[in-house]
Amino acid sequence: MQRIMNDPDNIVDEMLNGFLKAHSDLVEGTENKRVVKAKEIPNGKVGVITGGGSGHKPAFIGYCGKNLCDAVAVGEICSSPTAAAFLDAAKVADQGKGVACLYGNYSGDNMNVKMAVKMAKKQGITIKTVVANDDVASAPKDQREKRRGVAGEVLMWKVGGAKAAKGGDLDEVIAAAQKAIDHTRSVGIGLTPCTLPAVGHPNFTIEDGTMEVGIGHHGEPGIEVCQLETADKMAKRMVDIVVPDYPFEAGDEVVVLVSGLGATPVMELYVLYDEIEKLLNEKGIKIHRSYVGNYFTSLEMMGATLTIMKLDEELKELIDMPATSMGLTQV
Amino acid sequence: MENIRKDSGKEILLAMVKGIQENKAYLGEVDGLIGDGDHGMNMNKGFTLFENRFGTKEFSFAEGLDELGNILFSEIGGSMGPIYGTIFMDMATAGEEYEFIGVKELAHMLESGLHGLQEIVEAEVGDKTLVDTLSPAVMALKDAEEQGTSMKEALERMKIAAENGRDSTKNMVAKFGRSSRLGERSRGVLDAGATSCCILLDSMADAMIQLL
Repeated sequence: MQRIMNDPDNIVDEMLNGFLKAHSDLVEGTENKRVVKAKEIPNGKVGVITGGGSGHKPAFIGYCGKNLCDAVAVGEICSSPTAAAFLDAAKVADQGKGVACLYGNYSGDNMNVKMAVKMAKKQGITIKTVVANDDVASAPKDQREKRRGVAGEVLMWKVGGAKAAKGGDLDEVIAAAQKAIDHTRSVGIGLTPCTLPAVGHPNFTIEDGTMEVGIGHHGEPGIEVCQLETADKMAKRMVDIVVPDYPFEAGDEVVVLVSGLGATPVMELYVLYDEIEKLLNEKGIKIHRSYVGNYFTSLEMMGATLTIMKLDEELKELIDMPATSMGLTQV
Repeated sequence: MENIRKDSGKEILLAMVKGIQENKAYLGEVDGLIGDGDHGMNMNKGFTLFENRFGTKEFSFAEGLDELGNILFSEIGGSMGPIYGTIFMDMATAGEEYEFIGVKELAHMLESGLHGLQEIVEAEVGDKTLVDTLSPAVMALKDAEEQGTSMKEALERMKIAAENGRDSTKNMVAKFGRSSRLGERSRGVLDAGATSCCILLDSMADAMIQLL
């Protein structure tokens, strides 16, 4: 294992120390060392929080900042934060207007958030939730509630954070974030597996010369393993999975997000985007805004995800609002 | 004696800790077959934290369960933190008034733990989770209560029900958690949560039988 680390058991704490030092202009630690908060939270707004396992940088703490998330709960690598961390994140973000917890559909996160909601209620804090389920490959369309959340979460945070910053009340923030994820579809292609530092070897394999279409952010099995293809063919495959599922149609205005999975050079993401843009153009789908880079990764996995979100007037206004964070800054 | 005195919490809880510590590697192996292999490590971490903090103190069974549940809930996270955290804390709430623990009391505590768990996960018997161990164990205790068996007999029956429940997960297809992504590929392997739950119930029962 070629890793930059000390004791793997301490890797999350050490990563957090470094992150807080490096981005002290944007974020700060809290009493609970597994909760990060935005340095300045404007007065009187609805709180917006998220949380998830570590190893997905810049997710999740990278989206803590201005007009995005106010506080973020941090878990062990690929493992949900504790219910206490979600609860403490909510306490940090709550200003009496309630808290929107926008997170991804994983069993550990679901349980810990549910417990946090229950405990917050006893303490007089209202938490409402939106559970991201944008990953098309993780369940059939008629079982959308089973789908996992992947890079579409970034767009959900962008929209929910902007709605709260504009003064939306809790129900409005929740409705906007829910609309964002309902209008969003994603798919991933993995080229290599990833390794939990404390385990030391990958717990799944992708043979050299092959790729796994529909792979999850933790190596959850995809829908098909096939021969490694050219970037153009990968782009077509991804577009052909994502576009008909929603479905995105001619005349639609969309946001496109292409994220690397961690170890793929960013250069290759642009090669992929070049073809994705062409394919969407041919279909008459208009790209209003695009994001290309490492927005939501899986340790050192190679590969990429494609996320498309259909815009309406409200979503467009919220997506276009400026934001400042380590993972996403937009003027 | 037919009942467990409420102040013998320490012996029972530390036996449960020992059960997890001794099976850390085994649980990791079971989990590694269809999960990510960290179940033994995570459970051991939480239970050992409890031992370090409370191993030299005296506490009732309910108090011990509450402290253990709280550690799992606030410091372990993942899936096992909330699952066992909820079970133990809800057992503790159900049992906090008891002056002694007999068949009826234990059945009520364990059933409360099961109900608490089912408030946060929708798992039923047959879904390849620890519910497959816990639910028959609760049923066995309730049946024993109805039939008026001795505490020892009730505990022995609970152990058998838990073990059969654990073994039943081998031929199931996972419907919850990460292993559910494997579909049919999850068949043929024990569920790690059902396995650790069985270890805990066995350790608890054995310690209680010693105290009778």
